[in-house]
This record gives sequence, C-alpha cells and structure tokens, in this order.
Amino acid sequence: MNIRHHFDDATLMAYAAGTLPAGMALLVACHLHWCPECSHRVKQAEALGGALLDRIEPKAMSSNALNELLSRLDDDMATEVSSLVQPAILPKDVPAPLHHYIKGSLDDLPWKRLGYGVHHIDLNLGSKGTTRLLKIAPGVSVPHHTHSGNELTLILRGSYTDEVGRFSAGDVADLDGEIHHQPIVDTDQDCICLIATDSPLKFTGFMGRLVQPFIGM
Amino acid sequence: MQEDKPTGGDVNAVIQIAEEKKKQQRDSWSARLSSLAETRDKSEFAAIFEYFAPRVKSYIMRLGMPLATAEEVTQEAMLSVWRKSHLFNSAKASASTWIFTLARNQCIDRLRREKAVEYELPEEEPDPDQRDMAEHSILEERMQIAISTLPESQAQVLHLSYYEGKSHSEIAEQLGIPLGSVKSRLRLAFSKLKAHWGEEE
Ligand SMILES: [Zn+2]
Repeated sequence: MNIRHHFDDATLMAYAAGTLPAGMALLVACHLHWCPECSHRVKQAEALGGALLDRIEPKAMSSNALNELLSRLDDDMATEVSSLVQPAILPKDVPAPLHHYIKGSLDDLPWKRLGYGVHHIDLNLGSKGTTRLLKIAPGVSVPHHTHSGNELTLILRGSYTDEVGRFSAGDVADLDGEIHHQPIVDTDQDCICLIATDSPLKFTGFMGRLVQPFIGM
Repeated sequence: MQEDKPTGGDVNAVIQIAEEKKKQQRDSWSARLSSLAETRDKSEFAAIFEYFAPRVKSYIMRLGMPLATAEEVTQEAMLSVWRKSHLFNSAKASASTWIFTLARNQCIDRLRREKAVEYELPEEEPDPDQRDMAEHSILEERMQIAISTLPESQAQVLHLSYYEGKSHSEIAEQLGIPLGSVKSRLRLAFSKLKAHWGEEE
C-alpha cells in the first residue's frame, strides 16, 4: 500500500490522549493498521502521555486497595490475550478494527442509497459525531462546505481527487473547518471510504448535499 | 553533579548526569515489568502498584472522574497491568508509557461502556524506525526535559488534552481561541518534543 496522505500531528495527539470520539478513534486505528509512519508518531505521542504520568502528583490509593487487588489476582492467574483477535480471513480493504464492526466484505454490506451514485452505511457507534461508510460511483462528485468541527476520511477502495490532491486506498484526509474541497471519484471503480466527524449537525448538512451528479472532468 | 568546569558543555554534562540517573529508575521499572510476565511474582507486582497506582489515580481524577470511580478504574487498570504484562515490550515503550495507555484505555472503556478494541496494534507490524528499538527510557527522559521548557501557551493545551481529557474543540471553547490555534499550539509542542526524541541524531 502506497500511502501518501497522513494524519495531522494534532489528530494523532488527540488519539494518544484518548479524547477522540469513538468513530474518529476507530478511523485512526484503521489507518494505523496500514501505516507504519503514523504508528511511529502515535508511539511518540503516547510517550508524551507516559512522561506526563511520571510528572504527575500522585494521589494516594485507599489503604486496603493493594490487598484487595492482590486477593483478586488469586482468582485471576490467567493472562489475557490481546483484545483484538485478528480474523482468519481479512479482506485487504477492511482493516481489522473495522472488521470488528462489519464482520465481512465491503461488497456484502446492506448499502442504502443516499442519492445519485452515492450509497452509505451508518455504523451507529452511538458516540458524539457520526461514523459512516460511503460508496461513491465513478465520476460522481461530493459537494462540500466548511464546517465547524473536524472530519476524517479514510479511503478503503478506489480513489478520488480534490483540490488537495489524489487520495487512494490507505490515504486519509484530515480536515478541519478551514478547508473547502470537492472530491471527484477519478477512476472507473467505486470509491469506498470511512468518514467520521465530531459534529453531527454539520455532517447532516453535508450529507444532505451529497446528491449532485458529476459535471465535467 | 559538577558545575565547576568553565566550558560551554557544562549544561549538557549536568543534563546527561540527571538523565542517566532517571534513566536507571525508568529502566528498572521496565525491567521489573518485563520480569513480571515470567515470574508472576506478586511482591514484584506490589512494588509496581505502589509506584504507579497513585499516579494512575491522579491521572484519572484529572480526567474528571469522581473519586470512588477513579479508585475503581485505577484498580482495573492495575489489574490489566498484571494480566497483560506478557504484552509489554520494553523495546517499544517505557513502563510509564505502557501503563499510561492501559489507564487511558480503561477510561475510554468506562466512558463508552464498550471495549476499546481498536487500540491494539498487530504485534508483527514491521518496526518503522530502528531508533524505536533504542533506549526508550532515555528518549522519554529527554521528552521530560523538553516538556518543562515549553512555553506556557503550549504546555497549557498539552495539559488540557492529556490530563483533563478535553477535546480540541472543548479546549478552544475554554480558552476562547479558534480551533486552529489549539491545533497549531499542539503541533508546535509536538515538534519540539520530537526533536528531543533523538530524530536529529
Ligand atoms: Zn499515515
């Protein structure tokens, strides 16, 4: 995978600090599974958390806390395996964290039509903001506007081009309210991406404007 | 510490001695955590608990959890230190950093009432940078020094983000500055800290 577009440092710091809403954290984790460069920066951002933990002023635990926990260890001699078990068959365009939610291929999902050439799936993560999969047909463009929050996009399959550049599988678009763009699907393949935002109202407005056929490329 | 040599290298020498001292402490926590996986020695765990649990509790309280919950979540985080010690790799993170990530994930689990499955990365993932395999504790020590030299405006957003668990939008609102300024302060702070990570060597 030849990844050319990565996350902003500020986004990776929010991920490391644990302050992203569930959907955006999921999207970051998906990219990290594909991207050694961003993984490296996340480790640095986490080391910052570790350094801060060392500097923090300790708050005493209650006097019986240690004994209480030690007694629990007796019932708990088993070690825990990693909470993410890598599925046996992982489609190459579904990173493991996403697979946990959709359990299969992008082709088998119950896509809902949203407008001309656009289908979507709401992952219903129930967190702040929205998290959706979007499937956009070749030649269709997605009108955009500025918004007050943040929006992350991870390309899973296909590609699109906008004012910022060309985005293909593995790439992320890490946008905040200051960027205007209008992506156009630029091959004869559907473009499927994961989109997560932290501002639901604005995203509704954005979704409402999705329906617009491609006009000249 | 010797301060009597009149050369310009003094400050560096002092920093090196201080780094060396703290590095030994950190190395020892990393070594103890590594050996815990093999020995399953409860007295070793107790020592780790005595040092880290009060720090984890302090961190969790700053995130805004009430005292009783903070104590409970700290217990869960320390329990996961015990359960997952075989996953600790001192070549990839220092003990403090690893325990920080466990505590953070425990808080996320609690707040979302859902497992933070997405945080685990594949173990066989190729290491992007051999320098990662170098000495994590000394790198973290340099980061410590760098943190203390950050300008107040950058240290503030760092603390609000990591210590108080505020999103960037919430920080912008609280400080009455644009979201873009919050992010650029964080980026500036991070790039200074990264310079101390050893990337320049
Ligand atoms: Zn990346």
